[in-house]
Amino acid sequence: MSVPLHFQSIAELSEHLAARRISSVELTQAVIARTKAVESRVHAFNSFDEPDALAQAVASDSRRAGGQSCGALDGIPIGLKDVIAVSGQPLTASSKMLANFVSPYNATVTESLQSAGAVLHGRLNCDEFAMGSSTENSAFGPAHNPWDLTRTPGGSSGGSAAALAAGAAIATLGSDTGGSIRQPAALCGLVGLKPTYGLISRFGLIAYASSLDQIGPFARTVEDAAIVLGAIAGHDPRDSTSFKTEIPDYRAELKRRRGPWKLGIPKEYFGAGLDPEVGAAVEKAIAFYRAHGCEIREVSLPHTHYCLDAYYVIATAEASSNLARYDGIRYGHRSKEAKDVLDVYQKSRAEGFGDEVKRRIILGTYVLSSGYYDAYYLRAQKVRTLIRRDFLNAYREVDALITPTSPLPAFKLGEKSADPLAMYLCDIYTIGVNLAGLPALSLPCGFTAGGLPIGLQLIGQPFREADLLATAHAYEQAHDWHTKFPSL
Amino acid sequence: MTAPADLNIDRIAELSRLALTAEEKVRFSAQLGSVLGHIEQLSKVDVTGIEPTAHAFPLHNIWAADIARPGLAVADALRNAPAQRENMIVVPKVME
Repeated sequence: MSVPLHFQSIAELSEHLAARRISSVELTQAVIARTKAVESRVHAFNSFDEPDALAQAVASDSRRAGGQSCGALDGIPIGLKDVIAVSGQPLTASSKMLANFVSPYNATVTESLQSAGAVLHGRLNCDEFAMGSSTENSAFGPAHNPWDLTRTPGGSSGGSAAALAAGAAIATLGSDTGGSIRQPAALCGLVGLKPTYGLISRFGLIAYASSLDQIGPFARTVEDAAIVLGAIAGHDPRDSTSFKTEIPDYRAELKRRRGPWKLGIPKEYFGAGLDPEVGAAVEKAIAFYRAHGCEIREVSLPHTHYCLDAYYVIATAEASSNLARYDGIRYGHRSKEAKDVLDVYQKSRAEGFGDEVKRRIILGTYVLSSGYYDAYYLRAQKVRTLIRRDFLNAYREVDALITPTSPLPAFKLGEKSADPLAMYLCDIYTIGVNLAGLPALSLPCGFTAGGLPIGLQLIGQPFREADLLATAHAYEQAHDWHTKFPSL
Repeated sequence: MTAPADLNIDRIAELSRLALTAEEKVRFSAQLGSVLGHIEQLSKVDVTGIEPTAHAFPLHNIWAADIARPGLAVADALRNAPAQRENMIVVPKVME
């Protein structure tokens, strides 16, 4: 085995495990050793529990020895973004507000991964309450990009991306409200999938903007993403926005669905602000699909220009409501300075929340406040209808859309942290997808001259992840970007 | 970057239940002014006759069967409480 265990895919490792060439304990030990070797430089983890991970690995090996293996994920170390509840483990959302919080229950995705036999390894760093595009809003310090430690891994699920790119996990979960899986996947050279809204239960996910939030996998390959998606997708009565829909065997469908597809190029996604190297790499990917027999058509999403504005009204409005629960009373940080109840609320929140969370709560409160609701929130929801309609109109002509994931490759830590608007502009190609509730993924499509990964975004039709993954798989099979690893 | 004239940061901070310092009020007002300046573009969109979208795939009236089920045990529910006594969460005095 020339590639070290910690850089192999789920598909490869599950074969080694099935053939008893390795045990889950050996694999988990290798991943933990790698985690310890890189963590001081990458800071992808808020916490990890070595004895707990090894106990899960021992249980996996004994299941296998007894002929009771649960499938491809059994014994595979998977990290979770620190906004996904694991019973008995810390759950901080990278916030001082929850610095000492221990989750009393499991998220549904946690239970799904446990049922599939995965070894849950660590709680991964992110922007505080998943608000940000660089992990610099983490109260515990930023994560670093394994491809260049002076740069951001992206955000908000930056720890999930950095851990996987560094070999400190075999796959990870993140959450995506405006691009928080796809953008870090692009910046770290990984596959990152944001599923259709409602495909994955949000029960046990710390809420940021509930009509936009969706959990999804980071993986080294499209096939691995299909494997993890298959384990976590499906209806959950504990999430009333969860959909009842048929869940195909995503992994098997990769081989059955071979195209050619009609692919749309939204012209609004290739304008000013797009880094030339990113644009060139995406153009090459489009040329690949054309050569692969796909029909390529220019399409228009005319309201693209308003996505950022609609998003920051709707997401902050929902956040201001969701984060009202952190009041210092039942759980979370309580100020020691507070004298009466109002004081407990105001001081606990002032001490517990970081700047970006405060900014978004204030903005959300403002747009919902008496006299402004119609002008901002209601209007943004109407614009959301138009944005969604743009996508559905495009899908009358094409099967999927191709765009860059992020206008820029990984930027330097500190470069944008003083200017919230500059940071928000990092999400311009990803947020429309959340507003429209669509599935989309980012996959590696090249490197800059400076060696930074570039991501290609494919946007699919609602609940048609199998087609989306197959479209990505066709590209990946013909390229070797996913076989490159950062030297750390 | 200037704050819009009608962004009353004291009022919004009060509604948000956030005790802001004087420095934060100045800084957040300026930063939010810049973001709100961008958001003003929404007013250019013609939304006549357009219904608002609250969820991309609206679902209505999802009912759960009315069956009693065990919830969190008292010890689990109190585990993260900042202060507790005799199976209750302790809070500052609410009424004089």
